[in-house]
Amino acid sequence: MEFEPVIGLEVHAQLKTRTKIFCGCDTAFGAPPNTHVCPVCLGMPGVLPVLNRIVVEYAIKMALATNCDIAPKSRFARKNYFYPDLPKGYQISQYELPIAEGGYVEVDADGGNSRKIGLTRIHMEEDAGKLIHDPDRPHSRVDLNRTGVPLIEIVSEPDIRSPREAGAYLRQLRAILRYLDISDGNMEEGSFRCDANVSVRPAGSDPLGTRTEVKNINSFKFVESALAYEIKRQIAVLEDGGVIIQETRLWDSGRQRTVSMRGKEEAHDYRYFSDPDLVPLVIDDAWIETIRKTLPELPRARKARFVDNFGLPEHDADILTSSKELADYFEACVRQINAPKLVSNWVMGPLLALLNAEGRTIADTPVSPERMAELLALVENGTISGKIAKTIFDEMVQTGESPEAVVSRKELVQVTDEAALEAIVDRVLAANPSEVESYRGGKTKLMGFFVGQIMKETRGKANPQIVNTLLKNKLG
Amino acid sequence: MKPLYGMTIHEAHDLLKKREISAVELTRAVLDRINAVEPLIDAYITITAGQAISDAEAADQAISRGDIRPLTGIPLAVKDLICTRGVRTTCASKMLENFTPPYDAAVMTKLNAAGAVMTGKVNMDEFAMGSSTENSAFKITRNPWDLNRVPGGSSGGSAAAVAADMCLGALGSDTGGSIRQPASHCGVVGLKPTYGRVSRFGLVAFASSLDQIGPLAKDITDAAILMDAVSGHDPKDATSVNREVPDYVAGLTRDIKGLTIGIPREYHASEGISPDVQTAIDGAADVFKNLGAQFVEISLPHTQYAVAAYYLIAPAEAGSNLARYDGVKYGFRAADPSGLMDMYCRTRSAGFGPEVQRRIMLGTYALSAGYYDAYYKKASQVRTLIRRDFEKAFKICDIILAPVAPTPAFPIGQNIDDPLAMYLSDIFTLSANLAGIPGLSAPCGFSKDGLPVGMQLLGNFFDEQTLLTAAFQFEQATDIHLKKPQLPAH
Ligand SMILES: [Zn+2]
Repeated sequence: MEFEPVIGLEVHAQLKTRTKIFCGCDTAFGAPPNTHVCPVCLGMPGVLPVLNRIVVEYAIKMALATNCDIAPKSRFARKNYFYPDLPKGYQISQYELPIAEGGYVEVDADGGNSRKIGLTRIHMEEDAGKLIHDPDRPHSRVDLNRTGVPLIEIVSEPDIRSPREAGAYLRQLRAILRYLDISDGNMEEGSFRCDANVSVRPAGSDPLGTRTEVKNINSFKFVESALAYEIKRQIAVLEDGGVIIQETRLWDSGRQRTVSMRGKEEAHDYRYFSDPDLVPLVIDDAWIETIRKTLPELPRARKARFVDNFGLPEHDADILTSSKELADYFEACVRQINAPKLVSNWVMGPLLALLNAEGRTIADTPVSPERMAELLALVENGTISGKIAKTIFDEMVQTGESPEAVVSRKELVQVTDEAALEAIVDRVLAANPSEVESYRGGKTKLMGFFVGQIMKETRGKANPQIVNTLLKNKLG
Repeated sequence: MKPLYGMTIHEAHDLLKKREISAVELTRAVLDRINAVEPLIDAYITITAGQAISDAEAADQAISRGDIRPLTGIPLAVKDLICTRGVRTTCASKMLENFTPPYDAAVMTKLNAAGAVMTGKVNMDEFAMGSSTENSAFKITRNPWDLNRVPGGSSGGSAAAVAADMCLGALGSDTGGSIRQPASHCGVVGLKPTYGRVSRFGLVAFASSLDQIGPLAKDITDAAILMDAVSGHDPKDATSVNREVPDYVAGLTRDIKGLTIGIPREYHASEGISPDVQTAIDGAADVFKNLGAQFVEISLPHTQYAVAAYYLIAPAEAGSNLARYDGVKYGFRAADPSGLMDMYCRTRSAGFGPEVQRRIMLGTYALSAGYYDAYYKKASQVRTLIRRDFEKAFKICDIILAPVAPTPAFPIGQNIDDPLAMYLSDIFTLSANLAGIPGLSAPCGFSKDGLPVGMQLLGNFFDEQTLLTAAFQFEQATDIHLKKPQLPAH
């Protein structure tokens, strides 16, 4: 039997507000334990939460960017459970009345079409702290710096049909968050977390199979492999005549498999109820419209524009718009030199290769878009060849010089003087009589040899088109 | 002249202003009084004598500069669930026996800025759960009118301290009657403000949607002075309301001729009201009649469900509010736990008293999957109906006259093993909390045994002024508030 996977994703994104959601504490990551805390986020007796309006603004931005309906009135609720990283014994979240419902995110589906993945809801909540287990003693330490850092949870409908589509959806969400500049979207650092609800059913059938929840997918690298593993596992169980148990499973990236959490996590009754310390959140149209005006161009729209306006292939547009900074870089180059495909090749090629190799992001590129454009202008106007340009690019990275400076320092200007090149061609042909004879006898592959000799003489500066024409004339 | 400790706030203020007494003299007189009668009353959990004297000295300096406000140099007691920076705040619980907040409640910031002097933290039912102050983990406070009787609760320490002149006034908190009922039992004035009138920041939560801080005082003028000091919007409390606060003292002398007083059909002569209470309330109605008020019968049909709704909503919120006392961060922790679950269980079993544990269990149950709709949700719907009853009533009357409690103060130990009887004694007070309206308790008579009986005046949202004005006019026309409990002189 053919099986079809059904996947729904729950994403928690940390919002990068300056202060926490219900108090004035700093949200910065990496401070010494328990230094970004106050009586409110420590859950001391008698203190009260006060909602950070910026968190609401960010949530509204995300809701607008994902085509959600924003609730004119939403509520905060308490999710009650005991854990040492949860100082109040409850997490303030949203339950019955979330800030936004019913949107969608468009992604490239399998087969090249685009698909809309439905969003069930977006809601705001506070993050919990962290436990640090003492390896030597039966002690745990609690760090509450992260307690109260704002999160939005984005819950998708079970609309995703393959691990690849799940990956595309998550990358799209992350790109949107980053374009909106409301979250770092960093899975490894935990500012972007994903839990997956996975089930399978006979292909073409309607009812949903029993689902498992896969947690601990803590890197983009593992999203597709974790889901693929779980789907395969469920199919194998069913084909064996077994049944899927509704449970939570942890992704074990070391062993590349999901493991049942049975017995480790009891079934929780969170006893949600409206938080009486917070009044209903009222959002009027005026507020929404003010925020709508601040929305930047979003990744899908930008990609479409790159294809339409710059004539770029889909593939190029996809990569270039995957981050706002990269797309900005590309556009800054193109503003200076109107050769979109050439710029695209250089940004996706040498530049991204360099950044990846050095573990840098586009934000701290050693070659500014202005310098990149200057370099490519030299290629465009024939001053240097593409090959020389790569040498110059490497020099620019090393020394931080302008391309013109490297060119003049290393005397790399392309030789296009036909008379001068003809003299060199004649010299090379005269020095290699037997190769000339073989070529004329039909070994036309030797053309490469002659070009190579001429490039050697000119230290690569000869204009290849002119050299080719000259050689063909002389040997023909 | 009466002793300094026996003064009202406004009497002491007049003497301070005329420089006939100093704040230090006044504070010393009150501290001496505490020392003398505390062994009989057991009202205080913590006495802050040293701090009180230095605050009084500061008050005297301010007065000498001509900076005197209504509470400058006035010794006040504070219920021990209002956070006081640097002074332990126990909530009368073993759980917080050694907890010292590093912050002041918003009301303390206001009182401190007003120049008041705090004499100490007073007893209460543990986490304000109770109606007799017998649920304190530390001591049983006695009613100054009859030492074998309870002072009421949960603000029993505040009421007893005011009645026994162990402070000039006090702050309490009222979740279901916890200011009004002890005020009635101890023959003092108590006011539960409209929900949102006074900041709850720093008030250790029992039931967040019901709790309000309010004054307990020797007379109405003092209650108005305290209300002037603590009312107002606080950005640190999202549920506090940004609405202008009137000058309550200035409004006291308004005429109440033509005031319409509603008498709830359901309360009047209802079963369970003792003849003592009924007689006192009827007497109060006559006084109001003579003052020119008119009466109208009103109906609060859903009031019969108030006790049931309250004892679902309040414990549900309490169960959640008290989850933070887990032994992890502060407060009590059971010794040598064998693991996390063991630490939680033993900490909470040993740290909380039986009534608190009972309410946590009730509340947890009311919110549980499968029971939420039948209990918590239904109770919330009833709450809306109760509020609507009052909204409708206030279309035809200005205030409502009702009993505070069905009986005068009961003997210590009488109801402690019968939680249901204890819960039912809150029947006349909890509706105000569920609706969010203000309620005032003022002495209006005595039982045949000489125990004080209070009347309750309920007002429209944010209309504390009319309650205070009506009660002030009543006070001017009677001398009930002048009678004092007989405590040994010293
Ligand atoms: Zn904080």
